[in-house]
Amino acid sequence: MATTIEAPRTARPRRNVEKWGWIYMRASGVVLVVLIFGHLFINLVAGEGVKQVDFAFIAGKWANPFWMVWDGLMLWLALIHGGNGMRTITNDYVTNPTANRLLKGAILVAVVLLIILGTLVITTFDPCPPNAAPGTLDVSLCRALGR
Amino acid sequence: MVSLRPETVTKPVAAPRRPAGTVYRGHEGMWSWVLHRITGVAIFFFLLVHVLDTALVRISPQTYNGVIETYKNPIMGLGELALVAAIVFHAFNGLRIILIDFWSVGTKHQRAMFWIVIALWVVLMAGFAPRQLMVIMTEVQ
Repeated sequence: MATTIEAPRTARPRRNVEKWGWIYMRASGVVLVVLIFGHLFINLVAGEGVKQVDFAFIAGKWANPFWMVWDGLMLWLALIHGGNGMRTITNDYVTNPTANRLLKGAILVAVVLLIILGTLVITTFDPCPPNAAPGTLDVSLCRALGR
Repeated sequence: MVSLRPETVTKPVAAPRRPAGTVYRGHEGMWSWVLHRITGVAIFFFLLVHVLDTALVRISPQTYNGVIETYKNPIMGLGELALVAAIVFHAFNGLRIILIDFWSVGTKHQRAMFWIVIALWVVLMAGFAPRQLMVIMTEVQ
């Protein structure tokens, strides 16, 4: 005689946060390789190298929405990737429950604050601010913008 | 019947100084893991500072330029070289980890892939290091 097991026969699948963290590290990692290699090439290799970086250089880049999206994506993906990596390392080495919670809390606060700050900086950036000292702006860009 | 030879039974065996015969410990798998952690932590702390200094563009152009100006010296230039070295290793070894996880024969080739990571790192750094050193030299003049 066959026995019938009443439904539900299997436990309801639980949301597996650690699994999604594992997947996130790999998915974001692949994208970050492209974003960061591109970032390093444009800023450190092309043109005059790292010494070209100043306010006018950033204004020139962020005049193009392409680089705003590039940098914004890099900000979010990299900070969450790094924060999750630091969380993993904290869980590996910090066995004291209080210290463990404290450190992970500090990592979370740092990541959230920097994502908010960075996003605001990119989205509210003014390439020609009124408080600029002489010689700090990309003059041709500001003329083109009618500023 | 097999008789036990006394010398094989009583001969004292010297205890190995370190665990021997492990697949992982002291080999490519362990060192890639160690380097991945160290470079990851270093890049994370750099990232915190990098977002903060870039945020200075929102205060004023001269505030941002003033701080960036303090980076334009040979010591920071070498720091940037070390940062790029860490990022390039972390990137290629990360792709190696993904291949170990998802490629059907990834675990079989993990050791070879570690040396491919090192080779790619050497090639990229051989391209970037002279470029960065050239930029540093023109800063000194």
